[in-house]
Formats: sequence, structure tokens, C-alpha cells
Amino acid sequence: MSDQKIYDMPHAKAWCPGCGNYGIHRSLKEVLADLDIPPQRLVMVSGIGQAAKLPQYTKAHMFNGLHGRSLPAAMAIKACNPGMTVIVTSGDGCTYGEGGNHFLAQIQRNPDITNIVHNNMVYGLTKGQASPTSLKGMRTKVQTLGVMNEPFNPLAVAIAMGATFVARVYQGDREQTKEVFKAAIEHRGYALVDVFQECVAMNKVNTSQWYKDNTYRLEGHDPTDRTEAFRRASEEGRYPTGIFYREEGRPTFEDTLPLYHESKEPLYTRSMDVDRVRKLLDSVRSV
Amino acid sequence: MQDVSIVMCGAAGQGIQTVEQLLVGIFKDAGYNVFATKEYESRVRGGSNSTELRVAKERRAALVDRMDIFIPFDQAAVSHEVHRISGDTLVIADKDSFPADGPADLPSPAVLLPFKEKALEVGNRLYTNVVAAGAVTGLFGVDPEIGEAIIRRKFSAKGEDLVRENIQALHAGNDLGSSLREKGHRFEVKCTKGVADELLLNGNQAIALGALAGGCDFISAYPMSPSTGVLEFLSQHQKDVPIVVDQAEDEIAAINKAVAAWFMGARAIVSTSGGGFDLMTEGLSMAGIMESPLVIHLAQRPGPATGLPTRTAQEDLNLAMYAGHGEFCRLVFAPGTITQAFDLTRKAFDIADRLQIPVFVLTDQDFVDSYYNIPDLDLSATPQDHFIETSEGYRRYELTEDGLSPRGVPGHGDGLVRLDSDEHDEHGHITEDLRHMRPAMVEKRLHHRRILMEEFLEPPTLQPGEAKNYVICWGSNHNVVKEAVELLDNKDLAMMHFHQVHPLHADVRELLSAAERTVLIENNATGQFADVLKLQADHHVPEADRHLRYSGRPWSVEEVVSVLRKEGF
Repeated sequence: MSDQKIYDMPHAKAWCPGCGNYGIHRSLKEVLADLDIPPQRLVMVSGIGQAAKLPQYTKAHMFNGLHGRSLPAAMAIKACNPGMTVIVTSGDGCTYGEGGNHFLAQIQRNPDITNIVHNNMVYGLTKGQASPTSLKGMRTKVQTLGVMNEPFNPLAVAIAMGATFVARVYQGDREQTKEVFKAAIEHRGYALVDVFQECVAMNKVNTSQWYKDNTYRLEGHDPTDRTEAFRRASEEGRYPTGIFYREEGRPTFEDTLPLYHESKEPLYTRSMDVDRVRKLLDSVRSV
Repeated sequence: MQDVSIVMCGAAGQGIQTVEQLLVGIFKDAGYNVFATKEYESRVRGGSNSTELRVAKERRAALVDRMDIFIPFDQAAVSHEVHRISGDTLVIADKDSFPADGPADLPSPAVLLPFKEKALEVGNRLYTNVVAAGAVTGLFGVDPEIGEAIIRRKFSAKGEDLVRENIQALHAGNDLGSSLREKGHRFEVKCTKGVADELLLNGNQAIALGALAGGCDFISAYPMSPSTGVLEFLSQHQKDVPIVVDQAEDEIAAINKAVAAWFMGARAIVSTSGGGFDLMTEGLSMAGIMESPLVIHLAQRPGPATGLPTRTAQEDLNLAMYAGHGEFCRLVFAPGTITQAFDLTRKAFDIADRLQIPVFVLTDQDFVDSYYNIPDLDLSATPQDHFIETSEGYRRYELTEDGLSPRGVPGHGDGLVRLDSDEHDEHGHITEDLRHMRPAMVEKRLHHRRILMEEFLEPPTLQPGEAKNYVICWGSNHNVVKEAVELLDNKDLAMMHFHQVHPLHADVRELLSAAERTVLIENNATGQFADVLKLQADHHVPEADRHLRYSGRPWSVEEVVSVLRKEGF
């Protein structure tokens, strides 16, 4: 077990005082230390938004890409060097809104990455518009008549799409958050952790108190039962937290790549084999 | 006759492309120089698709209007090509696919042969096109046994019966062709020693092989005509040459994956066409600020929007040059030959890696779908990786004298590699330091352009070398313009072909200012390359001397000759 301080960066954080991001960050660093993952073996990937700044404050390799595009980048990163631990942290707008297609498509591939989604049910950095997960009726400067859309249910979608690890936590429940983060990182395959968090500046509906009142821990649930997982993920009103679904042993995207069948070496260590390319050239000497 | 043009035309699904492949393969293996190009509609069945084969003593690699042999598979095919049929065209048609007096609307009657009947004798009417292909080999006196090996390779996985019947159909057709030959329809073309051992590939294959020669080990792409061939070829060979192949969920994902792959020390390419590339522009801009290498194959087709999916154009030069928000440096190659496509794609990886910039390989439908034999390709330049082993305290965006920061790769060394799409400091950390860091980073990113200009640009090709008048072209128009200029045989006229269209080599300005006259040929309506010449070389091609084609069809040799004659050459 390492000291979580090894992941600290010197910079001041651009998060509001009381933001749920602090709790998520602390829980994640503790789990990383607990798992003894050195910064040199860790790639933090994000899109854009306040949540997406978490890699900026975490000592590791970093790919802070475009809004909505964190998952394709993460999938490619893992495919190029399966020995790395790859963790994506971005918000609900980034992951489920702008990145919706990427969310679906990466689940289908089952890359061995951990996808932590900071879900505060609002757009924070753009100052308070509805997000895909905003609950109906919430009024904002844009949704002046209240949110009309059905809220996006990431867990039900992920389970339907065949995700191999699907969980939800509330960041204020530090104990469960750490436990689930740890299981997600240790899971071999795509792991989604939807993290309820408060946005103290922009979401006056889903406050810390609201999360405490409207969440409860999943107890006695069998996470290998997909039908039951889907049913529990569909619950509204009071939201269960914990691991909804877990399936071990499914091949990852990296497992399916022929180039890792002959060698486990990451791509950067390999060089072009001129004889193989020459052989291929010879194959186009006729039709 | 040492240069025979054979055109076959029929509905999609009638196997035109199978016959094209078979015939090109047979002629090439028999030692003839061959060229094949196709035009097709955006549909899976029906319509009229055609393919043109040139069988020649010299190397010929451009479309001609002339048809020496024309084989229509239905009446619609005759209507489709009627403007190209002359009194010298030998029209051969299946006697059962047309009324008793053969296809209508011909200047002279067609020769009717029992293609379908022979196919049925062999066992299936589906062999009709193979019988027709056999007839063509018979007209040239080519031994049909040469085709057997090809048929075996193509069909052996589908069973010995299919192989045997295809071979029988080819022989039956060859007999029909031979008897026509005996009646005086002789096509005599000299074989060329060594051609049988040469390479035979189309533009997409050349791009894919050039990528592999450049060390490419990652492709992510979304299928889109006419660029899909690169993805297909690399996927088909992913067990022969190690490469990550991903059919992305969309082009946005494809380019983000490619940039992330370069971040990890892989060498990635994306392959797309106009609309798909539109989606990539955000990711291109990210490559710009991240100072990421990237190779983009952009195969043009006519737009805007869906446009003409299976036709050709050179309309996306401006797009390649200006796509992406913000300011950063890029290089655009536009190969004119198969050999250039291979060499430039290989080189694109090297330059992208060394200069940490996006490099485009700009092609089009005509280019990627046409194929011909070439002597060989050069594999002697083994790709070098241009990244370093990092140590603690590594700064990805270290400010250096030449603007290039040594590129590290996660996992290689003790340093941490941190890329940011936000404006960043030397460590890659997000910054709003407008006083120092922002200007320094902007200048650093543009500094790459100076190195590019000084070290990596290539001048255009002049052919022949000594002339004062130039017909300027770029990209895929190389072969057609070259052949037209050769035919005119005017010592005052040369082709000036640009395979590097942005930025232009510094010598171009001087070269053009010394020219007496320039005319320009390109495949768009606005003269995009003419604008590049004005902007980057201060050279104005008068409107009247710009010959712009935007119909979706490529130029033929005759059309270019006619244009140049009208210009007085």
C-alpha cells in the first residue's frame, strides 16, 4: 500500500468549495494507493467539464481530450498498452450527452478500463443548464419551463448494452465509494461507476441532503443476475447504490486483437518488421 | 495496335468487378502492362456500372474515351456508353441477352456470341461474365491456363466444383474469342519482360501498404466510400502484420482514438472521405494543440453533404488545408501515382512523428479505385520512432529553441506524459497565463511550420524538364495529364504536377514566375489549387486558362489533349 500523496499535484484546484469532486478525488487517490498503482503505470483520461479536470490534479499520465470524447481515447490507450491502468473521469454531460454514442460503442467492445462518471445532474461549467440525467421539472436558465426530457438512466443502458461491470455510488458515502472504485479498477473489462455528487453552485435540487434522503445501499443483491440488475437499475424515487452487475471472464477488446496473441508487448516497444511487409507486398504481385 | 482499351458494362450485381479482376490478373500474369478503372453507382444491384481495362505495350495508367472492345451485358449498358462507341469499336454481346439482331443504337452491328449458353453448359448462368472474360483473352491469343491459378486462388475456399466450373467457363470463352481472332478480330500487343513479376495494386492498397511501411500499427476508421479499401486491406492482413484494427462508431471516435494511439507510442492512421472528415475536424484541432502526430487519408468524392458517393472530385483541398479551429501547422500530400501514394504515405508517418503535426494524404475515388502494375516499391527506409525515454520531471511541452519538445510515451521511462486539449504550460497543465504561456505556446506550435518549410518540402514534378509552358495539375490528375502531354509531343509544353499541395515548396514561386504560360486542370468548380498558387506562390492562372471539371467523372486522355490543343499546344 502506497501513500496517496504520491498522486498529488502542486496546482490549486478550480473547483468550488464544497464540490463533490473533492470527495471523489480523495476516494480515488486512496484506492489507487491501496492498490499500489504507481503514477507511471496509470493513465488518467478525461473530456471537458469540471469533473474532467480531475486528471489535471492527479499525478499520472494524462490525456485530457475533448468534450464527450474521453471513452474512444481511453479505449485506444488501453489497446496500445494493455499493461497500463486506464481510468476515465468525466461528468454526466460529457459522458452521456456529448459522448453518448461513444458510451454505447465502447461498452460493446469491453475494453479493460474504468469509467468514473461524476453525475451531478446538471451542467456545472456552463453554469447550470440541464444535463441528460437532470430530473424532470428542474428549472434552469434554459429549461425555463422545467426539464421535459426523461432522465437518462446510465445503469439500465449499460446493463442493456452488455457492460461487464455496472455500479452506482454517492460520493458522500466514502466507504462504499472506495469499495466500489476498487472493485471497478480490479475488474477485467469495462467498468462503469456512476457517481452521484452534489453541484453546490448550480444544482439546488439534488443537494447533499437530497442524496442522503434519496439513496440507499443495495443489500442482498446478486450482481451476476442481469435481469435483476436491470430491474434494480430501473428503480426511481429512491436510488439504490452499489454494484448492480458484474460479469467476469468476458474477453476484453485487447484480448481480441491478434497482435497480442503472439506477444504481450505494448506497441511502442515494437518496430516494423520489414520482412512481413515485404511478404505482403509479394502477395499483391497478382490478383 | 499496342494499346487496347476494353470496356465492360452491366448492372451492379452482374459481376463486372469479378471479371475486371480476373482479366487484369490474366493479362498482367501474361506479361502485358495493364490498367483498370471503374465507375459505379451508389447501389448494390441494378443501374449501369462499367470498367475500363487498358492492355498496352507501354505503361498506361489513365482513362481513355476510346473503346476498342466493348462488351455490354444489357441494353442499358449500350445507352450508358453509346457516346464512346465508334465505327472502330468491336462490340461483343451475348446473343441471348439481346433481341435477335443484337443491341440497338450501334453504328455497326455487334458480334453476338453465346456467352450465356456456354455458361449454362458449364453449369450455371452466373458464369456468363467469366465466359465473356475468356472471350477477351481469346482475342489476344492469351493462354487461358494463365487464368487457372487466379481462379484457384480466388475460389478454392468455395469448393473444387466452383473452381473447375469457372475454369471451364474461361476456356469456353477463350475458344469463342479465338475463333473471332481467326476471323480477323486480332489484337496484338507486345508483352513486356518482367511484368508478370511486378506488383499490381490500386490506390487504396498503395496507401495501406505505405502506411505499414511507415510503421503504422493502428487504424481506426468508419466505412465511407471511397476510402474504405484502406481499412479493409489492413483488416484483412492484421494477422500478417501486427496492427490494431478498429471499425469506429463514427469518425469523431476514429480520430480521437488515433490521437490517443500516437500518445501511447503507436503509429495511427485514419481513412475517410469528405463528410466523415467533417466530423474529424474537432479531433484534428485537438491534434494541433496537443502537438500530436497524425496521418489522415482523405479520399475525396463530390459534395456537398452526401453528394455523389461513388464518383470523383478534388473538392476538399480547402477542407484539408483549413479544417479545424485555431491555428496550427499541417502538411498535405496529394499523390499522383501508385508509387507516390506508397512513398508519401510512408513519409507521412515519418514527418508526422518528427514534426508532431497532422499530415494528410489527399486522394480521390478515381485514384483509390484505379489499379495498374508497377515494378516494385521501396522498403529500404525503415521507420524510426521519434520519441524519447523520459525521466522524472519530464515536460511534454518544454519550450525549446526550435519549437519541438521531445515526445515521451507513457510507460517508457520515469517521466509522466500529460497531454491537454486546453491551453497548457510546459507540463501540459491547464493554464490561463495570457501574458507569457499562451503566446509562447502559440508561437511554438507555429514554429513547426518553419521547420517544415526548411526541411521537408518537395518541389513539383516537371515532365519533360525543359519547357516554358506548363499545364499545372495535382493529385490524381498526374497520369492523365502526363499521357496527354506525351501525346502532344510539344517541346514547349510540360506537365507541372504537385504531389505536395500545402504548403508549397519555396521554389514554386520562382518556377512559375519564369513560366511563359500556365494552364491548370483540376476537378472542382472554384479552382481551389489556383487559389493556393495565388496565395502561396503569388501566381495567377487566368480564369480562361483554368480547366475545371466538377461532373464527378475523371478526365480522359482525349479530353485533356483536346483542352491543350484549344489552348494552342
